[in-house]
Amino acid sequence: MFNNPDFLKFIFGRFTLDSLPLHEPIILGTFIVVAMGGIAVLGGITYFRLWSYLWREWFTTVDHKRIGIMYMILGLVMLLRGFADALMMRMQQAMAFNGSEGFLPAHHYDQVFTAHGVIMIFFVAMPFVTGLMNYVVPLQIGARDVSFPFLNNFSFWMTTAGAVLVMMSLFVGEFARTGWLAYPPLSNLGYSPDVGVDYYIWALQVAGVGTLLSGVNLICTIVKLRAPGMTMMRMPVFTWTSLCTNVLIVASFPVLTAVLALLSLDRYVGTDFFTNDFGGSPMMYVNLIWIWGHPEVYILILPAFGIFSEVTSTFSGKRLFGYTSMVYATVVITILSYLVWLHHFFTMGSGASVNSFFGITTMIISIPTGAKMFNWLFTMYRGRIRFELPMMWTVAFMLTFVIGGMTGVLLAVPPADFVLHNSLFLVAHFHNVIIGGVVFGIFAGIAYWFPKAFGFRLDPFWGKMSFWFWVVGFYFAFMPLYVLGLMGVTRRLRVFDDPSLRIWFIIAAFGAVLIFLGILSFLVQIAVSVLRREELRDTTGDPWNARTLEWATSSPPPDYNFAFTPVVHDNDAWWDMKHRGYQRPLTGFKPIHMPSNTGTGIILAGLSTAFAVGMIWYVWWLAALSFAALIAVAIGHTFNYHRDFHIPADEVVRTENARTRLLGAGAK
Amino acid sequence: MTVTVNPAQTGQPLFYVVDEHDHAEGGSTMLGFWIYLMSDCLIFAILFATYGVLGGNYAAGPAPKDLFDLPLVAVNTSMLLMSSITYGFAMLSMQRSRIAATQVWLAVTGLFGLAFVGIELSEFRHMIHEGATPQRSAFLSSFFTLVGTHGMHVSFGLVWLVTLMTQVWRFGLVEANKRRLMCLSMFWHFLDVVWIGVFTFVYLLGMLR
Repeated sequence: MFNNPDFLKFIFGRFTLDSLPLHEPIILGTFIVVAMGGIAVLGGITYFRLWSYLWREWFTTVDHKRIGIMYMILGLVMLLRGFADALMMRMQQAMAFNGSEGFLPAHHYDQVFTAHGVIMIFFVAMPFVTGLMNYVVPLQIGARDVSFPFLNNFSFWMTTAGAVLVMMSLFVGEFARTGWLAYPPLSNLGYSPDVGVDYYIWALQVAGVGTLLSGVNLICTIVKLRAPGMTMMRMPVFTWTSLCTNVLIVASFPVLTAVLALLSLDRYVGTDFFTNDFGGSPMMYVNLIWIWGHPEVYILILPAFGIFSEVTSTFSGKRLFGYTSMVYATVVITILSYLVWLHHFFTMGSGASVNSFFGITTMIISIPTGAKMFNWLFTMYRGRIRFELPMMWTVAFMLTFVIGGMTGVLLAVPPADFVLHNSLFLVAHFHNVIIGGVVFGIFAGIAYWFPKAFGFRLDPFWGKMSFWFWVVGFYFAFMPLYVLGLMGVTRRLRVFDDPSLRIWFIIAAFGAVLIFLGILSFLVQIAVSVLRREELRDTTGDPWNARTLEWATSSPPPDYNFAFTPVVHDNDAWWDMKHRGYQRPLTGFKPIHMPSNTGTGIILAGLSTAFAVGMIWYVWWLAALSFAALIAVAIGHTFNYHRDFHIPADEVVRTENARTRLLGAGAK
Repeated sequence: MTVTVNPAQTGQPLFYVVDEHDHAEGGSTMLGFWIYLMSDCLIFAILFATYGVLGGNYAAGPAPKDLFDLPLVAVNTSMLLMSSITYGFAMLSMQRSRIAATQVWLAVTGLFGLAFVGIELSEFRHMIHEGATPQRSAFLSSFFTLVGTHGMHVSFGLVWLVTLMTQVWRFGLVEANKRRLMCLSMFWHFLDVVWIGVFTFVYLLGMLR
């Protein structure tokens, strides 16, 4: 029976032992290192008997704060993977001159640049941004949790399931070799018959469910759960940008879902949506995916703008300049982001009128963005600026992002784009805005809110090391790419003929190494801070003398966030409370109504992973079985009507008394 | 929520809610479900757009006039419209807390829905039998995907309907179940609206092409 090929095919689909990359020394070496690391972590958890703790307190949690922290950890782990890909590309391009083939074979190199893009956008930037929003938004609006706490847990695990699928493709089978947006016809079955594109599709579909639901969740949270007195125009700017980001998520991720579904129909069923024959149109795919793709970049950058706004006003000791214009600028960017998608493919040949329309809308976006830039500058103007780490990131952002924005406006001019399309100039531009905007924003946010989440500040010395390595490394890594792009070098090349280009690639590789040191310093910073946590302890809950509500509660906040729901009278609610003699209530605590933990989210995500694996490898029985189980578990979950509990009043009293003691001790 | 400021006692504005009650469970559910429906609507928008762009690409294969059986589709449309009306009756009974009537109307709705899916499947079977498969041309790919996605939504709605009927039967018309019936109601009417788009845009305009 076991020698029957049909039987094996039924059991394993198209998986064979050849699917394991045993013949590729680089991947095998990586696998051994990852496996040893994985065994060490799992062994450590088992040895210290942490499984039950992790399951009870973290995996099944519905607490937005813990889910936020888990998103951040996911983002950090995936950053290491995505950055390893970046280093490999930089090494390859610096080596592959004068007839050298470099060290990466073509089919591997193509997977590396695809995986780098997919991972950095979907599994680094998105989890980081979602994590920060998840952690901070309910605290900023004075809520106890998000609107749908179970969905929040489920969203996180779906995102993680997508990341697991991408990681799996490294060692079992292969990843897509198509570039991060998998344009057909290259991504159709005829040109990509292997599992790579299927890994791509299913990883994004599974993670996409999580992203969409978390978008719905946060919109409802912001609309419905604001503390009394917090009108829309009193919301902190980070909450505003989060609202706009989540509106963008809900209004754009379904497009991604639909277009990837159509691509999978082409691949699995043999339909003709994006084929070259039978009436299909590959350009349809390119249009549709960018209708999602352009809002996606604003999904990433808007929360970063929010972080910079909070940081600037806190560390300048001033109310944010032009709050109203900031809000309107955010909303205008949200709307305009839907009217520019075609600038990603001016060269499609839509004609002069269409191209000029999209060129102009693109340039218009720089107006609200410029307004924001001036708002930050005027906030700093005559402020008492403290150059703590978050503020340093903010200043670096302002300098770097303006350069990226200006090269963006250059690219928005269609005739210029015909020269620069798909060149390294473009690569330099979008790294300029994504690193200079999103990544710097995430680091500013981490440095700013870390004490809130863990009760101690991050070590400033290693933070500054990380900062300087990152910023200097960024300029070394990407300014040469502008030059190369202007000289006509296109993206995604593996070997080069012209030896005069080499020096620029070597400089870029040097920059990548600096960024690597920046990431290492960041990890060291976290380790050192944990070791020195007693010295860095924040007893006040308000280490930066900040302005918004999240600083009104303790660090870390109790499960219920606020013993009494705050009442808001001003834009900078906490600042207002501090300056008008707010007294923290010490008596009168009541039981607090909270949602209960549940394991359904992680189970559903696990089943989704199994379903995706079945679909990727054509293991139809696995796909059918896990799909049925998915439906059954989801329905079963709805039969549980008891999803909440009360934190008893005396427990609230204990928690609050502990805080009172801490505040007293800190005041001495 | 209105906030009372009490200057008489302290001269201080109130900075926290002293007398707080539990928030009613599910206060955001309707809004959340609306937003979800709008995102689902976008998926249909993309499928409509795809049909709009590719719907004329017959690739020398059959065109709408060769395939569509308009009277059958009209019958099918009436099935779905009827099911929306009966769902409305179910909701009216629910508001009067009449469990039996609610269940009967839900069951009738389910039967209409089932009839709709059945007729659609037989239409598909007939077309595929004639060689008009989804693989034949981009027109047929986008036709089957748009109409099929709608049909899958209705089928999913049927599973949901049966689940809710079981829950109403076991737990009665409790607050949570009423909320769930409301959500399904919105879902069901939403599918009706989408179908009107499909009927007009795909079938009627298709016959004119």
